[in-house]
Amino acid sequence: MAKKRIVSTTINGDAVEFLCEPRQTLLEILRDVLEMTGTKEGCGNGNCGSCTVLMNGKPVTSCLVLGVEAEGVELRTIEGVARGSELDEVQQAFLEGAALQCGICTPGFIMQTEALLACNPTPTEEEIRFHLAGNLCRCTGYDKIVRAVQCAAERRAGACHK
Amino acid sequence: MRDFDYVAPTSLQQAVELLAKPAGQARPLAGGTDLIDHVRNGRLSPDVLVDIKKIPELNLLEAGPNGLRLGAAVNCATIAAHQAVQAQYTALVDSCQIIGGVQIQSRASVGGNMCNSGPAADSTPSVIALGGRCVITGAQGTREVAAEDFCTGPGKNVLKPGELLVELRFPAPAPHTGSHYRRFIPRNEMDIAVVGIGVSVTLDDTLKIITAARIALGAVGPTPILATAAAQALIGQPATDETYQKAVPLAREVATPINDMRGTKDYRIHLVGVLLVRSLQAAVARAKGECPNYKPGH
Repeated sequence: MAKKRIVSTTINGDAVEFLCEPRQTLLEILRDVLEMTGTKEGCGNGNCGSCTVLMNGKPVTSCLVLGVEAEGVELRTIEGVARGSELDEVQQAFLEGAALQCGICTPGFIMQTEALLACNPTPTEEEIRFHLAGNLCRCTGYDKIVRAVQCAAERRAGACHK
Repeated sequence: MRDFDYVAPTSLQQAVELLAKPAGQARPLAGGTDLIDHVRNGRLSPDVLVDIKKIPELNLLEAGPNGLRLGAAVNCATIAAHQAVQAQYTALVDSCQIIGGVQIQSRASVGGNMCNSGPAADSTPSVIALGGRCVITGAQGTREVAAEDFCTGPGKNVLKPGELLVELRFPAPAPHTGSHYRRFIPRNEMDIAVVGIGVSVTLDDTLKIITAARIALGAVGPTPILATAAAQALIGQPATDETYQKAVPLAREVATPINDMRGTKDYRIHLVGVLLVRSLQAAVARAKGECPNYKPGH
């Protein structure tokens, strides 16, 4: 077996070290080693976006990243989105808008939405649909998700104007 | 997943030494969006993955008077956000915005897209249309290959065992040059091209006459195809739909598509004409400094 190695990374602002085989994906490390099970596995081949996390601010499917590649990077996962016990605008909008049913895809959608709003705080519906095309939801039909993203964007814009 | 070792060299020399193993045992890892999936599903069985993202030459992204140097490991999101690429090598931006979804674009590289050598690769027609050259390094030294000669068949290319694609070099475009890549898919995003076309067009100072053109067709043959005669038919002609229509039969002539689940031969041949006219219209609009009526995915 290839030698395990220690990987030092930052997850949701905290310095984290883990022991990793080269063949373990970042998704496996998050869920099975670090027990951060908020990130979900859907397809396991980069098609569905359920395992989306932010790596140095950019959204990636963590099933297509090796754990060893996390050395020295900044990761943000669904566990780091809420401010303490208070949900952030995106989470709150998904909850209020019933933008989920089974919920497996939701952490991926929320991380992908965070990435979108960070670079485009006022996206059009078309831009939202294009940006979220790498996230699949087999329950909602997407309309409520798109509306939740619009709602979160409006609330954030409102907060900025105060 | 299969057991393998991982090394992340910081120099090209180290990488070449690590890759000098019998074919298939060592594989370069850039974005991993194809490689990791292929290792997981058993299509590839390497013993070591050589992460090439820490090598300076592979991360180069520099545009200047001598053209563009694009390291083979630079990801699509970085390329699409680069101002000089947006301004002068726009077809590359078109490609990088529609390869996979946004998550894939954060990792996948144009170099990797070329090395996978899929006939329907979205970036290769742009690289060919922009006159790209592939800089390849191996134990025997460095060589350059024109982008249109890089792919040799589905999943096959000119790289010999142990050789690495280091960078893509593009000439600086002449004044009044515009480029465009577009593909047809039955939805708006996240699909494989039924046909994809990359074009680059240069106009004279009056912005009316075409003085140079390159056309590359994707997904209509075992490799992307440089449509030389079709491009030649545009030279010296006015930049009008009538001229573009003259190039259509010449582009269709070199297309050798297959029937598969994404489209029939006849349908693909038809699409070559439709997409060629639309991509020339958009490239010419860009050459004139106008904003063409194009949104990624449409």
